[in-house]
Amino acid sequence: MSDHLSKLEAQSVYILREAYREFKNLCMLWSIGKDSTVLLWLARKAFFGHVPIPLVHIDTHYKIPEMIKYRDRLALEWNLNMVYGENREALEHKLTFPDGKVDRIACCRNLKSEALKHTLSGGWPRYRMDHQQKKYVLDTNKEPYTGVIVGVRADEEGSRSKERYFSPRDINNEWDVGDQPPEFWNQFKTDFAPGTHVRVHPLLDWTELNIWEYIERENIPVVSLYFDQGKGKRYRSLGCYPCTKPVDSTANTVKEIIAELRRGKFANIAERSGRDQDKEDGGGLETLRRDGYM
Amino acid sequence: MIRTKKTAGDWKPCAVTGICDMTNRQRMNIVIVGHVDHGKSTVIGRLLADTGTLPQGKLEFVREMCRKNAKPFEYAFLLDALKDEQAQGITIDTARCFFKTRKRDYIIIDAPGHIEFLKNMITGAARAEAALLVIDAQEGIQENSKRHGHLVSMLGIKQVTVLVNKMDLVAYDKNVFGSRQSAYTDFLKQLNVVPVSFIPISAREGENITVLSGRMKWYKGHTLLEQLDEFEPEKILADKPFRFPVQDVYKFTQNNDDRRIIAGTVAAGSIKPGEEVVFLPSRKRAVIKTVEAFNEPPKLSAHAGDATGFTMATQVYVRPGELVVAATDPAPQVGSRFKANIFWMGRAPLIKNKVYKLKLAATRTTVRLVEITQTIDSSDLSIQEKKNQLDRHDVAECVLETAKPIVFDTAHDCETTGRFVIIDNYEIAGGGIILEASSVEGSILEEHIRQRENIWEKGLITSFRRSTKNGHQAKFIIFSGAVGVGKRAIAKKLEEELFAHYSNVYYLGIANIDRGLDADITGSRDNLEERIRRLGELARIMTDAGLIFITTIDNADDYDLEALKLLNEPNEIVVINVGENELSHFQVDLALPASVDPSRAVEQVIKMLKSKEVILEYYL
Repeated sequence: MSDHLSKLEAQSVYILREAYREFKNLCMLWSIGKDSTVLLWLARKAFFGHVPIPLVHIDTHYKIPEMIKYRDRLALEWNLNMVYGENREALEHKLTFPDGKVDRIACCRNLKSEALKHTLSGGWPRYRMDHQQKKYVLDTNKEPYTGVIVGVRADEEGSRSKERYFSPRDINNEWDVGDQPPEFWNQFKTDFAPGTHVRVHPLLDWTELNIWEYIERENIPVVSLYFDQGKGKRYRSLGCYPCTKPVDSTANTVKEIIAELRRGKFANIAERSGRDQDKEDGGGLETLRRDGYM
Repeated sequence: MIRTKKTAGDWKPCAVTGICDMTNRQRMNIVIVGHVDHGKSTVIGRLLADTGTLPQGKLEFVREMCRKNAKPFEYAFLLDALKDEQAQGITIDTARCFFKTRKRDYIIIDAPGHIEFLKNMITGAARAEAALLVIDAQEGIQENSKRHGHLVSMLGIKQVTVLVNKMDLVAYDKNVFGSRQSAYTDFLKQLNVVPVSFIPISAREGENITVLSGRMKWYKGHTLLEQLDEFEPEKILADKPFRFPVQDVYKFTQNNDDRRIIAGTVAAGSIKPGEEVVFLPSRKRAVIKTVEAFNEPPKLSAHAGDATGFTMATQVYVRPGELVVAATDPAPQVGSRFKANIFWMGRAPLIKNKVYKLKLAATRTTVRLVEITQTIDSSDLSIQEKKNQLDRHDVAECVLETAKPIVFDTAHDCETTGRFVIIDNYEIAGGGIILEASSVEGSILEEHIRQRENIWEKGLITSFRRSTKNGHQAKFIIFSGAVGVGKRAIAKKLEEELFAHYSNVYYLGIANIDRGLDADITGSRDNLEERIRRLGELARIMTDAGLIFITTIDNADDYDLEALKLLNEPNEIVVINVGENELSHFQVDLALPASVDPSRAVEQVIKMLKSKEVILEYYL
């Protein structure tokens, strides 16, 4: 228990178990990225090989196809209760940035924030992996999720560094940054008024480097887009392909990524700098996050 | 990549020297607190600038801004400037600043000095392993210097360094430093805080921040930066008595997993398979069989700090919230009354005669304020006149009583099991550390029943006349046991059987009161105690009416049944357990196996009722 990864792991496991104990309708958001995949692994640690929490993915239909393949492979292999939701209306009416009808922020709001809000509330259809048929079927469970586990980290960017481990969202999914609950002695906000929900952040204290060190230690499978495939480029943060750019790097193993981060290669470049929506509106992510973005 | 011009002495930022060992880096959280304008922000600004942690050109940019606006440059402005950068993803927050030394990574938590942000200050400070208290050399110890000292002490932060700032304003006078040091030392002593060190600094001039000051040659201690590296990481409490709060009990059946795992994080001490443990407050005993883990080889022991799980050699039925201790270790306290120091942050005051939720380690229960023994003025530790309630930002010594006995330590013996939070209206509204167990001269419940019975208005019919006429005693019959063991079928059958011979019998489907009498109670788990109270009061009326009142309760524990017994007084209860008996000391009147044939079960119940003369032989 002396090394830093074991400490981080123990705290995250504690938070996951606390969430599982306190919230009846709990889910975990899985973006297929490295952070939420580490989170999924930590759930297997917390629950001794099981994942007794549904995993929710918001499918924008602009994800890099390899991500979806990887999602469904692990869902079947690890016997996951896999659920996805989407903003079908926005997709049908092409209210997206790639279709040229709205800007990046509005596109994120439509395909992610709105889809997330209505998928969590159960208002829009949810699709659940049927392990017998090995395909998605309409989910009959329409109950709102009152606890939502999210893999955000405090060091990713400014607004996330202000987060609590258990962070309430009001009835409109909004986050009141100025008036957050106190959190001390490992006691969190687990009581909430009807209609509100709580975001749970077990990875808050992890850094980008910690995530990769842990992936190496535990040998966690991650999607290959994080590695250079011979073109001198790799993704550092994954999102929708029209708005996500790779970084220059020849790292093609977890070890090489760790070495790269330890050398301080990206010390002054934000991890999400390849994510274009963050740059709009002078602070896109905080704007998005107040409205319910992860 | 050289980021600032000034790097002091032999100290160089890692990025410059390239000799930082970046593998297995330890990280330490440090909180910095102080009275408004005593220079907290300047200390942080100076620390970031002098360790080369600022983004390239930032220092020059701020200097230039100051020159343009014709105001003197201050290092505190750096923090404001960095705030603007958040959107671009630089990892600086008003509350958390990151920097590295050769030894480790630091997060400096900038705790707001204003009292309005007390809950943020507490959130920040509670995460810290060490605290820097900043006081102004010229102004001396102010109200917040004392209040912060008090909170740092209550939060249990052991390592404190006091920075006597603005030494430039007192001409770097050794005597001024000496008098501040002795005054603050005396104050902190009353709080059992012994500072690791006092450092005379001038954050504005950079004296004693990263290099020893040439202007205070009389000072021979550490610089601020050296002091940070001197702080020790939180000690693992391995040699303390074993304490393991049961966070949850898992039985996942997927893939034919038959393990029943008691899960939680070890609060103190260590344990090995083969050792005997006691669950409290249920007093059940078991032997540890395995230490469970995923994707790791089997473990031979579990230690303080481990988030782990155990299987037991024999099956024990325990609930989340119990505490596991080693059979051979000193036992914690089990009781419902204790004395504690409480700080209150709630919008509404903490008052008597209101039921609050209490969370202590993994325990959740309800709690009431019995008494405020003394309110302490944080600013001078003087004892204020006796108050009847705790207002926002008050600190007081109080006596609290939980609805059921809970298990705890004093905060001095074990922090995790010795401190708690109080929930009011869905929010954490207060925190407290337990000073000692308090002897109970009659619990609140007993006192309530005594008062209730004193003023109970009786009709003209005595219970004797009623039972004589009815041909049976009034009784409250409870079927207890796990879900799905067949309690309800037996209870209904019993009602029917008794009804054939006596009219005054009634079966209450417990779900009916959930939707009726208890419809205002939300969140089934936490308000069990209130449900029990209402059921008990209802039973008191039903049995007063002379009824044999029958109901079922899932998973009742010893304390639920004891409470029902008390609430139903002066009438009596009969408890029949069906299936596995999970009670540890409450004596049931009859034990029936699970899924027993209801008719056979009723025969046994009637036999028992006859033997107790609840019903009389010749009536049947």
